[in-house]
Amino acid sequence: MTTPIRLRNVTKRFGAVEVIRDLDLDIEPGQFTVFVGPSGCGKSTLLRMIAGLETISDGDLLIGGQRMNDTPASKRGIAMVFQSYALYPHMSVRKNLAFGLETMRMSRAEIDRRVNAAAETLQITQLLERRPKALSGGQRQRVAIGRSIVRDPDIFLFDEPLSNLDAELRVQMRVEISKLHERLGNTMIYVTHDQVEAMTMADRIVVLKGGQVMQAGTPLELYNSPANRFVAGFIGSPKMNFLDATASEAGIDVAGQRLDGIAARPAPGRLTFGIRPEHVEIGSGGGGASLGEARVDLVEHLGGTTVLYAVTPSGESLNVVAPGQQGIRTGDVLPLRLDPANAHVFAEDGSALRRSA
Amino acid sequence: MTDAAAQALPGQQPAYPALRSAISHSVLMAVSFVMLYPILWMLAGSLRPADDLFGGNTSLIPSQVTIEAYKDGWFGLQISFGKFFVNSLIIATLATIGNVLAASLAAFAFTRLKFRGRAIWFALMLGTLMLPYHVTLIPQYVLFLKLGWVNTWLPLIVPKYFAVDAFFIFLMVQFFRGIPRELDEAAMMDGCSPWRIYTRIMLPLSLPVLATAAIFSFIWTWEDFFGPLIYISDTGLYTVQLALRSFIDSSGSTNWNALFAMSVLSLIPIFLIFLFFQRLLIEGIATTGMKR
Repeated sequence: MTTPIRLRNVTKRFGAVEVIRDLDLDIEPGQFTVFVGPSGCGKSTLLRMIAGLETISDGDLLIGGQRMNDTPASKRGIAMVFQSYALYPHMSVRKNLAFGLETMRMSRAEIDRRVNAAAETLQITQLLERRPKALSGGQRQRVAIGRSIVRDPDIFLFDEPLSNLDAELRVQMRVEISKLHERLGNTMIYVTHDQVEAMTMADRIVVLKGGQVMQAGTPLELYNSPANRFVAGFIGSPKMNFLDATASEAGIDVAGQRLDGIAARPAPGRLTFGIRPEHVEIGSGGGGASLGEARVDLVEHLGGTTVLYAVTPSGESLNVVAPGQQGIRTGDVLPLRLDPANAHVFAEDGSALRRSA
Repeated sequence: MTDAAAQALPGQQPAYPALRSAISHSVLMAVSFVMLYPILWMLAGSLRPADDLFGGNTSLIPSQVTIEAYKDGWFGLQISFGKFFVNSLIIATLATIGNVLAASLAAFAFTRLKFRGRAIWFALMLGTLMLPYHVTLIPQYVLFLKLGWVNTWLPLIVPKYFAVDAFFIFLMVQFFRGIPRELDEAAMMDGCSPWRIYTRIMLPLSLPVLATAAIFSFIWTWEDFFGPLIYISDTGLYTVQLALRSFIDSSGSTNWNALFAMSVLSLIPIFLIFLFFQRLLIEGIATTGMKR
């Protein structure tokens, strides 16, 4: 089942502190939406408000077109997977899965059918009689997901579900959750502070900061045209380089160089110039605009790529991700270039200046 | 030896393990003996003939063993001592159930429910811990007198169902705080009411602390002398502790052997509880307030 979620002017206050302010958001049916942002940005609070675990101070929450502000959590057609899994320690895996269904007073036969089906889907059938403490982290995670599947909810919520797993398991569970979404097709919301998880899993990413939506869009929209400096810095790894720039009638100056071919035509004044490390090219020839020369402070050889930590003549740091293996050493001075199409320009308030395309 | 032991690195055996443990055991046994002597003397006294009891007799071994005192004691008062045991058992059991039930409900409310003035109520509750029993004694007596409950068991039992014992509430609050809140939230998503969260999640996870509270509650009620003394006057309603007191006759002819014999019997339930529940008791105290 696919159900849309709409948030209208939603505000959350804890005492005098506004954690979420006047937030509008549409989550389309069947979409896998990821809320991402630094800690304290309100992403978990927003999820918990949708779940019904936090009250909504102001505004409306619509699920499937109906106002749900005052509907109890269990009546919203939502299942949630918690960061700590929150499995009931005193119950076997089977009881954990069945508990919610028993609370709904479902028939024994139907409960058994659903529990067995979910266990099969998640390959935990052989664990059904065990207690949670006898399970590994990955197995607990599966049980937690199983507990949400058996309820056959309209909407799945995930609150940083992978942050307690080691790196390898995390990648594996990430793929499994994506597959689960593909198979079930439900509306899912996933909260994480890990932008890689966001980029790889999401149909749509919502970047939050200070309780406000910074930008919402597909992963590539966010990567290619970030709406502001915060999103530009948050999405992408390593981070985008930011350099001080000045605009005049004649053009834009960055690191002492006049950059030609940048589409944006800002009003004269100070601004921030952004370029992703993977978009900086090494070499003096070829097309594009020159960034001048930079001294390499540190080289990281990753095999597939080489990461350079460089400093421009104006003393600003500039990171470069060069393809393949490069014979570059610390202390080398390299000419750098870029394709103006990849450049980002941000006004002093941080908002991106649209490239007139 | 102490030096050698002190120098021993962690994980290594101390230099003279046998000697060390022999010394520590003899110290422990000597102290235990001092603690146990009065009880053992009472036990010996209960098995002695009446004329052998006093006269500076400190020996723990009776010259002559007789169970005469147990017979005398059991039937020595107008009512058989069995009746007092039944009375005490009923009161202690009902009081224990009340204490555990009410204290856990109150603790659940303090840790998991939001209500107006929660912090103030909690502080007030803790404040009653510092209130001496004797301060509330007279108002309480007047209250129960007006209710017509004096000379019944009700003053000893009913208050326990209103969570009057702040110690138990605090004990459970500390334990409940250690149970992750996400479990409640998961249960809420599963459609549980607060009552169902309490019965199906909190109580099963709190067995150690519930057992601790139950054991203490039972022992303290069983041992209570003052409460029954104040509220109960009919011999038929006497608890064991009151009945023991009535061996001490105001006319001076106290049957000490019988008193000792019945005192020994009155210790048996508590002794059994310790024996069977010692593990739970230790676990309960050790895990209180700790995350598991």
